Amino acid sequence: MKNAKHSHFSGLIKKSGLAIIATAFVLTASIAQAEFKPAVVYDIAGKNDKSFNESVFNGATRFMNDTGIAVTELEPTNAAQVEQTLKKLAQRGYEPIVAVGFGMSNAVAAASEAYPDTKFTLIDGWVMAPNVQVVLYKEHEGSFLVGVLAAMNSKTGTVGFVGGMDIPLISRFECGYKQGVAYQDSSMKVLANMTGSTPAAFGNPSKGGELTRSQIEAGADVVYAAAGGTGIGVYQTAADMGVLAIGVDDNQNYMQPGTMLTSMFKLVGDAAYDSYEAAMNGTWDPAMRVLGLAENGVGWALDEYNRDMISAEMEARVNEVRASIISGDIVVHDYTTDNSCPI
Amino acid sequence: MNDLLLNLILTLDASFRVCTPLIFASMAGLFAERSGVVDIGLEGKLLMSAFIAASAASVFGSPWIGLLFAIFASCIFAMIHGLASITFKGNQIVSGVAINILASGLTMILTLAWFKSGGITPTLQGDERFLSITLPGVDIIDHIPILGVIYRELISGHNILVYLAFATVPLVWWVVYRTRFGLRLRAVGENPKAVDTAGLSVEGLRYKALLIGGILCGIGGAYIAIAHNAQFTKEMTAGQGFIALAALIFGKWHPYKVLAACFLFGFLDALAVRLQGVVLPVIGEIPVQLIEATPYILTVILLAGFIGKAIPPKASAQPYIKEL
Repeated sequence: MKNAKHSHFSGLIKKSGLAIIATAFVLTASIAQAEFKPAVVYDIAGKNDKSFNESVFNGATRFMNDTGIAVTELEPTNAAQVEQTLKKLAQRGYEPIVAVGFGMSNAVAAASEAYPDTKFTLIDGWVMAPNVQVVLYKEHEGSFLVGVLAAMNSKTGTVGFVGGMDIPLISRFECGYKQGVAYQDSSMKVLANMTGSTPAAFGNPSKGGELTRSQIEAGADVVYAAAGGTGIGVYQTAADMGVLAIGVDDNQNYMQPGTMLTSMFKLVGDAAYDSYEAAMNGTWDPAMRVLGLAENGVGWALDEYNRDMISAEMEARVNEVRASIISGDIVVHDYTTDNSCPI
Repeated sequence: MNDLLLNLILTLDASFRVCTPLIFASMAGLFAERSGVVDIGLEGKLLMSAFIAASAASVFGSPWIGLLFAIFASCIFAMIHGLASITFKGNQIVSGVAINILASGLTMILTLAWFKSGGITPTLQGDERFLSITLPGVDIIDHIPILGVIYRELISGHNILVYLAFATVPLVWWVVYRTRFGLRLRAVGENPKAVDTAGLSVEGLRYKALLIGGILCGIGGAYIAIAHNAQFTKEMTAGQGFIALAALIFGKWHPYKVLAACFLFGFLDALAVRLQGVVLPVIGEIPVQLIEATPYILTVILLAGFIGKAIPPKASAQPYIKEL
């Protein structure tokens, strides 16, 4: 009912003249806020990590621009603050609350139990509750594609992978990538490293750079990073040493033009946007969403920054593999189903 | 065999890069603590100067300007620490912690204000940062087996700040042990009353020590942001200021021993990077967690009895109050 009133109101603004748009905008914003107060809580890496969090931030910003409704953003600076932050938002009537990252699973579980009427959307995490919408991605499928591309571009027969925190989620990227590389060329060698075992491993570019350097020195000439902010150091080192790098989460092709082969994007921004939009329209539903290549939740980025590096042959090959995965002809093993990788 | 040698050389090469900020920070700490001021704010100064270096280098397009600004920023922080702990005789630990918190918060706010991004500065392109230098004669020596590899991979190919770090250590030793200032510095950290009785200014000496520390920390911070990396990112110093403090204690406040401690920590870090995923006989693949913990485990073991007792300067952490 509340939502219906809101859309009626925005309909009115669209019809009204330019002169009153400004005032109406302020009005909607304040009225809408009383009714519909979406929020987002970023993880420890912070919203400007040029990767995972920033992608969500872009989704939230897009929602704000499209609807004029303010999305409240919070960045807890340590793990202990996350649960408090979520509960405080719920207590003040914010919903839906989008929580970003696997690390928030426990906090969301606690907050959703304490506030059973508040809608939560958890990206990448895992909570079983009637008021939590879990959004997961088939990162292994997207990583498989960039693995194929890495194998096609390697001249040394060795490619690298730099992960962030050593958790099954990141192993899923790694395992998908390895399968893709092997699918293209079974004689290829994949060097894989994890940056650390705490969330800080997603924000350590120095370490990422050193890991990349050691892989390059061991022969790798394409390095794929699934490490959040740590990736910045990976791409920088790859550029410095003249080898190719593959970005992750967001389209990161622009970061080191000329040496960024592609990015395995994961449209987490869309998940946040969809959640807000659904809640606004009253269609929000807590069913788990698992987004893969078929749903265009993950994929490989081709834009003006890497256009020249991708030959027609490569593009055709990757798209062919993509179609095979969607049709089910290629089944990419998901590391998290049995915590092991066949390769 | 050759492969093993190359791997060892590459690991040592990485150790040089990793231990450089530790050397600058621990030498800074050495001056401060030798003068009787505990400097727990090394981390904050590194962070602040890393941020200022990256910002200035990006705005002015020169790493040297970045370095100058970084030194300046770090010195201001050092003087704040001095004001609180020397002039106003506040608790040195508390003041140092405040420096760390201030740096952590300021870098976030200033990146927002200046670059519209929380905790990240623009990427530095090309010669906006310190690039690695190829030393002369690499082509000639390269033909000599072993020595050629060592010269090419290990000695050549670092950026100027790495060489500066290793040049700083003998200089620090010379200043501390061979100059009049050094003698007074050591005296003021052991027995400030004697120094005062001799008609020297305890406060003046301590301020000078902190200022030198500020300069060194500034260079260390600049190295992290504009030499080892190509931009500032949130909390990028990742506790290196604290590791430098550990190295300082480990090396018993002596420049060469501290250098050895820094290099050991750097080497363990570099080794950890290379040990990951390697399958060893009997043990199998070493888990990431164990590798990560190795430097700390080793520090505890070594400190627990292998290097003997670490005795800090006697007047360390005590503000000097003149008796009238």
